[in-house]
Amino acid sequence: MPGVNAPTALATGPGVSEGASGVRRAVIAEDSVLLRIGLVKVVEMAGFTVAAEAGDAAGLLAAVAEHRPELAVVDVRMPPGFTDEGVRAALSIRREWPDTAVLLLSQYVEERYAADLLAAHTGGVGYLLKQRVADVEEFVEALRRVAGGGTALDPQVVSQLLVRRASDPLERLTAREREVLALMAEGRSNAAVAAQLVVSESAVAKHINSIFTKLDLPKADADHRRVLAVLRFLGVAAPGR
Amino acid sequence: MTLPPRSRRALLRLRRDLLFLAAGVLPHLLVVPLYLWAAVLFGATVAGSDSDAPVILAAPLALLCAAGPGLTEVQRWRFRALCGVELPRLGLRRLRRQFGYNGLIGPLLGALELLLLTLLVAGLAAATVLLWIWAVPWQWRIGHPGYTTQAAYLTGLGLLALAAVVPLAAGLVRLENLVGRAVLGVSRSDELERRVEDLTASRAGAVDAADAERRRIERDLHDGAQQRLVSLALNLGLAKATLTDLPPKAREVIEAAHREAKDAIEELNHLVRGLHPAVLDELGLDAALSGLAARAPLPVRLRVDPLERTAAAVEGVAYFVVSEALTNVAKHAREATRAEVTVTRIGGILRVVIADDGMGGADPARGSGLKGLAQRVRSVDGTFRMSSPVGGPTMMSVELPCPG
Repeated sequence: MPGVNAPTALATGPGVSEGASGVRRAVIAEDSVLLRIGLVKVVEMAGFTVAAEAGDAAGLLAAVAEHRPELAVVDVRMPPGFTDEGVRAALSIRREWPDTAVLLLSQYVEERYAADLLAAHTGGVGYLLKQRVADVEEFVEALRRVAGGGTALDPQVVSQLLVRRASDPLERLTAREREVLALMAEGRSNAAVAAQLVVSESAVAKHINSIFTKLDLPKADADHRRVLAVLRFLGVAAPGR
Repeated sequence: MTLPPRSRRALLRLRRDLLFLAAGVLPHLLVVPLYLWAAVLFGATVAGSDSDAPVILAAPLALLCAAGPGLTEVQRWRFRALCGVELPRLGLRRLRRQFGYNGLIGPLLGALELLLLTLLVAGLAAATVLLWIWAVPWQWRIGHPGYTTQAAYLTGLGLLALAAVVPLAAGLVRLENLVGRAVLGVSRSDELERRVEDLTASRAGAVDAADAERRRIERDLHDGAQQRLVSLALNLGLAKATLTDLPPKAREVIEAAHREAKDAIEELNHLVRGLHPAVLDELGLDAALSGLAARAPLPVRLRVDPLERTAAAVEGVAYFVVSEALTNVAKHAREATRAEVTVTRIGGILRVVIADDGMGGADPARGSGLKGLAQRVRSVDGTFRMSSPVGGPTMMSVELPCPG
């Protein structure tokens, strides 16, 4: 596609494999036909082939079972109940087909759904406000990140989860460290955090190390510590491993 | 013979009044013989002349007691059928009042009715004396030589009596109506009680209807305008991202349109969210509040006791209270740096407290926001209190009764 610049060095997170071999397929579930057409365009722009489109959760699950896509982009509020069909579908997709990453889209984000999602899976999930699709480049980046096993949480989800948290060891973090952690929680890489805060990448790494120390996180592999730090930050219980 | 409508109406009314009064004589006076019987037996008991009297005395007294409810029913029928007045079915309630009417007031009314009917009969007899005097045996007429003159006077008197019967009957009917309704009718407190019940039910209906309407509007906007706007912003975003070889002016226009579309989404989202968030129905108050707290432009600490779900109307009002209060804090609370929202449930009361550390001085009497808030709280019988001394802090406390 002409003029599409792949976001520079933004895609990281656990197990991201940019430009993996083979065709990457996606399934889209959205009940508004108008928006579905637009979503198809953006998903294709991100380098996916749209294998199927669905208008409800049942159609989505059938499509995922049939095509086994790398990514499912799912609207939360779908027929018949117009409540949280998408969230429940996402949870069962992640449970039954762990190779399919799910990005949830919603007019409003709710921390409760985010907590459900994160409590079950720390990678390959995303939860964004619908309006984020309008910022095409960032959205494309989020799609790739989630498909690569990373996360993409809307800043509003993060701030909602923070509202819930009572006082805890996080009080020990400096304001800057908390900013870094919030961006990490959204699913951003060190480079993206550095770009956002206008600091060097090494400064970000230093902050992150300091965060790990202050939160008494075990010196396991870096990705796992990262996930744990974010979960602790969001006040979500880590999934049993 | 055709009468002018006015006279016909007057005659019909008179007939109705007389029927009503005549029908009252028997039920009103029925207790009198019982009284007399009881009085005789009582006399005998006191005098000791009849050793059975004290035992038999129980009979008229029991009959008096038993007659009450039955006579009340008769009176209900009489008022309804002959006067068009509906009295409540008392059954065995308010026995004192029933006895008061049937046993004490009734005989007096009965006496008045009897008197009136006697006046009517006597008046009729006197007024028509010249018509039937010929039937009186001639021996009597011979013995009373001046009887024709007397008969003429008597006719006049009879006509006067009949003329008096009309207003007297009307007056007595009115008196009976007053007394009957006052003693056997619905009391003012009963009437108010019923009215309160009616109003409570209809208000609950109105509140529910308004809630349903808010939900419908939310749903319509979500399925319609919001999706269209997102689609519009998405297409503009696609144009911005893909059409890189456009002249700078065209790019500027696209970028401006893209920005405005995103702002419109924000604005509409905010408005729709204030109506009735879908998550409130799905997950309840607790879950819905975090969205509000996170969107507030100042740090909000949210503390919600584990809540059971309660009536949708109550949850809706509680949500609205927090929404309005936080909007208020953001808009008006000078120098507020943080706010705290606490939701607790104690027994059947849901308590919502919103506090901020601003400079205070908020007045619930001014500002439509606070007034609207207080009104919605009252619509579910809640109480609204606010303390905002100059210098702060401001605290708003709302208590909502929640059934179940």
